[in-house]
Amino acid sequence: MSRQRASRWLNTPAIVALFLWSIIPLVMTVWFTFRRYNLMEPDRVGFDGLANYRYLLSDPTLFQAVFNTVVLVGAVLAITIGLGTLLAILFDQEFFGRGIARVLVLAPFFIMPTVSALLWKNMMMHPDNGFLAFVFRSIGLKPIDWFAVAPLTSIIIIVSWQWLPFAFLTLLTAVQSLDSERKEAARMDGAGPIAMFRYIIWPHLGRAIAATTMIESIFLLGIFAEIYVTTSGGPGFASTNLSFLIYRYALMEYDIGGASVAALVAVVLANLLALFLMRSFARNLDT
Amino acid sequence: MRLRRLLLGLALLAPLHAQTTLTIATVNNGDMIVMQRLSKQFEQLHPDIHLDWIILEEKILREKTTTDAAMHGGQYDVVTIGPLEAPIWGRRGWLLSLEDKLSPAYDVNDLIQPVRDGASANGHLYALPFYAESSLTYYRKDLFAAAGLSMPAQPTYADIEHFAARLNDPAHDVYGICLRGKPGWGENMAYLTTVANTFGGRWFDPAWTPQLDSPQWHDAVTLYARLLQKYGPPGSSSNGFNENLTLFENGRCAMWIDATVAAGSLYNAAQSKVAATVGFAPAPIAVTPRGAQWLWFWALAIPSSSKHSAAALQFIQWATSKEYVQFVAHENGWAAIPPGTRESTYKLPEYLATAPFAQLTYRSIMAADPLHPTLQPVPYSGIQFVVIPSFPTIGNQVGQIIAAALVGNMTVDEALTKAQAATTRVLARTGKPQ
Repeated sequence: MSRQRASRWLNTPAIVALFLWSIIPLVMTVWFTFRRYNLMEPDRVGFDGLANYRYLLSDPTLFQAVFNTVVLVGAVLAITIGLGTLLAILFDQEFFGRGIARVLVLAPFFIMPTVSALLWKNMMMHPDNGFLAFVFRSIGLKPIDWFAVAPLTSIIIIVSWQWLPFAFLTLLTAVQSLDSERKEAARMDGAGPIAMFRYIIWPHLGRAIAATTMIESIFLLGIFAEIYVTTSGGPGFASTNLSFLIYRYALMEYDIGGASVAALVAVVLANLLALFLMRSFARNLDT
Repeated sequence: MRLRRLLLGLALLAPLHAQTTLTIATVNNGDMIVMQRLSKQFEQLHPDIHLDWIILEEKILREKTTTDAAMHGGQYDVVTIGPLEAPIWGRRGWLLSLEDKLSPAYDVNDLIQPVRDGASANGHLYALPFYAESSLTYYRKDLFAAAGLSMPAQPTYADIEHFAARLNDPAHDVYGICLRGKPGWGENMAYLTTVANTFGGRWFDPAWTPQLDSPQWHDAVTLYARLLQKYGPPGSSSNGFNENLTLFENGRCAMWIDATVAAGSLYNAAQSKVAATVGFAPAPIAVTPRGAQWLWFWALAIPSSSKHSAAALQFIQWATSKEYVQFVAHENGWAAIPPGTRESTYKLPEYLATAPFAQLTYRSIMAADPLHPTLQPVPYSGIQFVVIPSFPTIGNQVGQIIAAALVGNMTVDEALTKAQAATTRVLARTGKPQ
């Protein structure tokens, strides 16, 4: 009993430090949301009531940014997990050159986001001298100006390319952890490849997919470098997500108050998403 | 033997002499890269001063220096700023005023007047201009001759559209016209504002009501979008000054309307494939010549938070002096000197003989009148920008919206309605300027 109490006391400093570590930035952000604080107007700083909230919530780009964020996260999750599952099953088979192929599939994950965005912008999607333009021209089609015509789709392609290896890797380990005797038994009972996937592999992957979704969403909510490097959130605001909107407020408009409100919106959105994911995957995680 | 040891000892001591380190933030334009390379001479002349260079893209430079100046961070001893920052920062006391600190040899009265005015506020000079520019129409003489066209002494936008249609030849990788499309107040909006000006438009009326939904802006944006959509290179919406410079140098554009400072690079045969065939004319006009060509400069200033202002003063005088102009000419040739800042530059016979664009550059800069930029009266100064603190915010938002009209995601009317609303919103938040 006394030992337990002692250990509780000894834990306290660590817990307090952790609590402050996480709560101070949030409290400061909330504080800034009530302040008139624009770096370009240092002589007009002060308490400003709800003006920042009114300004942000009346910003027509806010809703577009929230919408874009949700689309971006959702589409990338669907693509990476869909393709990742297929690739995982493929790489579970023996085939010639599997080791090399596996390294190639994993490679994009080790490239920095800014670098991969630049690669895609200048070498793949450039409408004049990009690889895709070359492919389009060689089959007699007009090259697409990707970032002008389909900005959000382009970003989704780039980010999916980066995150596919992560989904692939976690799902591959899950597939490989499947007991080979169970597969053997299913095969002897006459299960074809589709039935095998539907009744044996898919249920087994549930937990890995839930974990991948959680981890990926955390990172995907904050996608910034790819947008900054390629489209700068445009044309118009077609590829502005919440992180880019915050950046625009804070560093292009020097409006710390407005940026803080946008940051709070991002926190709320992240929590809503987390709540939704927890709810829908809770069953998977329990069993 | 002893002497050699002594010399060795001195050589080892030499680096310890560099007591003052100046941190210089500048933009990654060609002339600044030259300045960095040639600054070895400054360090030799001032062995006690060591220079630390931070060279950034324009947008990032502006972010960093603005944040630092506003917070009195003191990270930089010399910052590179333009005519939007100089008067505003100067009035706020973020910059050292310079007029009484310059050495007589600097000859401050030699600075070209519109440029000096742009770097001043309330009668104080807050930055020393490094180079200044206006805008010109560049064109390919060989393509014009082959098509039987000739560039008038003062082209109009009707001429330009006609030429672009005739010369556009994507099958041979030549596009009718290259223009800035990259969003930003210093990017597409700098060019577009001159188009709006020459169509008789303005940003604000004297009561500070935004005028973006006016017919003049409608005409300007319609023409701009039509030129780039029909005769521009693919991916125009992400091209800025440097991208277009590369395109033109590689012979991909028949015409290009942009900064006069590009002329030096275009005439440099070492990097430009069109050095022998590039021609130039004044910036095109439509309804009025007023505000058709811009005035911009990059200038070196000392933040009041700098702890090494004396050494910084030495440096900015060196980099903007007559001697520096001579030094660049000696090292890189006359076409490469930083133009547009000093009257004396335009009296140098060697320069006028080797740089055919010099006279027109000078005339364009002198013709630019930032104090009376538009046909109709306005409450602001600045030609391709408005000297108010919130202009970067307004210009960036409007620039984003215009880019959507450029790629056809929005109609021109829709874009201008949104631009008008965005401008009104920002102004409502920041309050109307004094």
